[in-house]
Amino acid sequence: MHDIYNFVSGPLVWVSFIIFFGGSLYRLISMAVLAKKKDVIVYEYMSLKYGLRSILHWITPFGTVKWRKNPILTIVTFTFHICLIFIPIFLSAHIILWKESWDISWWYISDTTADVLAVVVIASCVFFLIRRIVLPEVKYLTSVSDYIILAIVAAPFITGFWTYHQWPGFKIMGIIHILSGEIMLAAIPCTRLIHMVFFPFTRGYMGSEFGAVRHAKDW
Amino acid sequence: MAEPAIKRSDESNKIVDEGIDKGIARLTPKKIEQVINKVLAAETGARLKTYVGTCVHCGLCSEACHYYLSHDNDPKFSPAGKVKQTIWEILKKKGKVDQKFIRDASRIAYTECNLCRRCAMYCPFGIDIAYLISIVRRLCHMLGVTPLYQQDTAHSHSATLNQMWVKEDEWTDSLFWQEEEAQDEIPDLRIPVEKEGAEIFYSVIAPEPKFRAQLIYQAAVIMNVAGVDFTMPATPGWDNSDLCMFTGDYEVMGRLKKAHFETAMRLKVKRIVMGECGHAFRSVYDVGNRWLAWKMPPIPVTHAVEFYYELLKEGRIKIAEKYDKPVTFQDPCNIVRGRGLHDKARYVVDALCEEFIEMHPNREHNYCCCAGGGVINAGPPYKMKRIEGNKIKAEQLFAAKTRGAKVVIAPCHNCHGGLEDIIHHFGLDMELHFLGDIIYKIMEKPV
Repeated sequence: MHDIYNFVSGPLVWVSFIIFFGGSLYRLISMAVLAKKKDVIVYEYMSLKYGLRSILHWITPFGTVKWRKNPILTIVTFTFHICLIFIPIFLSAHIILWKESWDISWWYISDTTADVLAVVVIASCVFFLIRRIVLPEVKYLTSVSDYIILAIVAAPFITGFWTYHQWPGFKIMGIIHILSGEIMLAAIPCTRLIHMVFFPFTRGYMGSEFGAVRHAKDW
Repeated sequence: MAEPAIKRSDESNKIVDEGIDKGIARLTPKKIEQVINKVLAAETGARLKTYVGTCVHCGLCSEACHYYLSHDNDPKFSPAGKVKQTIWEILKKKGKVDQKFIRDASRIAYTECNLCRRCAMYCPFGIDIAYLISIVRRLCHMLGVTPLYQQDTAHSHSATLNQMWVKEDEWTDSLFWQEEEAQDEIPDLRIPVEKEGAEIFYSVIAPEPKFRAQLIYQAAVIMNVAGVDFTMPATPGWDNSDLCMFTGDYEVMGRLKKAHFETAMRLKVKRIVMGECGHAFRSVYDVGNRWLAWKMPPIPVTHAVEFYYELLKEGRIKIAEKYDKPVTFQDPCNIVRGRGLHDKARYVVDALCEEFIEMHPNREHNYCCCAGGGVINAGPPYKMKRIEGNKIKAEQLFAAKTRGAKVVIAPCHNCHGGLEDIIHHFGLDMELHFLGDIIYKIMEKPV
């Protein structure tokens, strides 16, 4: 058990971070190179001002007509995405690991707060799952990979919650927790989770076309 | 509620279109695979790859689409649903799709999407779904599987550089005829043909000389009364329309726009002013120029709505008496989402009409007319599908009517065609006009 723990909390962490950063960088660069070769148009029309204008509207809760028309979804999706990034970075247990390994640390949230936020993330995942099963327009677009991606995202939070509360088998669950976190990081550049990296570019490009060329809003 | 919708789409599958059916008969799976992969390799790149890789299948684009809303939320008509049935599958199978697949893809791309770009405003990632559907159209064009009537207009463009097989002498005859007619009203009125160095080249779409010649008459009256220094060419290149942009025949689209721009250059005009047409504006301002490697059009292009705004703002035309019937306004996608002319249009409407009633949603969020993007040009086989595919527009118009609107103003030929059918089919009993109709009617004219 110790060997496995050492393996997932040692080399595999490196592997997952390398895949995450290296892979995301690769995806970005290869997109940029391909665009230069085949879609010069993107470089020609991309505008910092209008790109940012569009991005800012879309990352503001209720900042677009779409968000305003779907208030529940808006609240869930914003809370989910914020917590998803916020919890792992500011969790005290994670910061202890950073402290032990690298002797660095920063501000962290209380365990109770983290506990509540983890439940929020898990509940959001359930919301997305139900949405996928129940809403015909989402179900129609759904493939097996969509469920797998959702599971990849939910797993670190379910297992982390389990481990923190020391429910039966929490030691193994702790290992699964680390592993699932690593899988999620590594999955980002390899799956549609890449939307995290590509969002500013796709939204920014559409914002540029609408703002600079068409003199219209895209939100 | 879902059942009738599915039935309707099944019925639309049975539509006989010789252009598509005969095109399919000439294909083999091998040929399909070859053409698809050749086109995708040569013409697509980062945008296609990024869009397809970024879409998280969330379905949020659905409610943007008038087809989806008008078919009782049938997911097959949602923007991403249409992408799923076409380009996703093509990419997944690496072009190994059969004739039936191409038949369906052609039907979806040409007759179930108007490329109105409303969905780009509902996708959080700003995925350009109209671009993805345009790729499908391009593939279908390269495979020779296009709706017959639409292809006929593309052939006309190719042979005559105009959309409606208007011969060169018929074109100039139409201008002289309208000039003569208008001279009964204003004796010294002129439609100056081939006037080199005029300030403005006034360009129209071929349906104007073909069957809406009164629009040329009205434009001539407006121009003359406002004292505008304008000209119209006697040569091909006068037509600003472009159905090749919509069939996916980009080579001919390039020829059309080149002829149009070169005509303007030859006449040494300062700018092109276009009649009340949306798709032509998209072609000249946004799409055709890019194919010719012009980032923006090589010569300024002004749409009629903006031109009327200038004339009214500068006081060059005066209103004798405001139009007294309550009006509502249809924001055409290609000049609103495509050029942000909604506020200027409202200035014009307010200047002309006593009572203006907004339809909802409006401005950039207005629903498409369901005629644009070449859909109305796909012709009679798809007419009922097009009208029923925009029930939501009928509801939107009806809501404006219940608040008092008696007249719909649509400053776009496609919107006009689409709304005319919708108003008639759903028994809305509303009048439909261009802005030019109203300006002509109520402006001060020399007695």
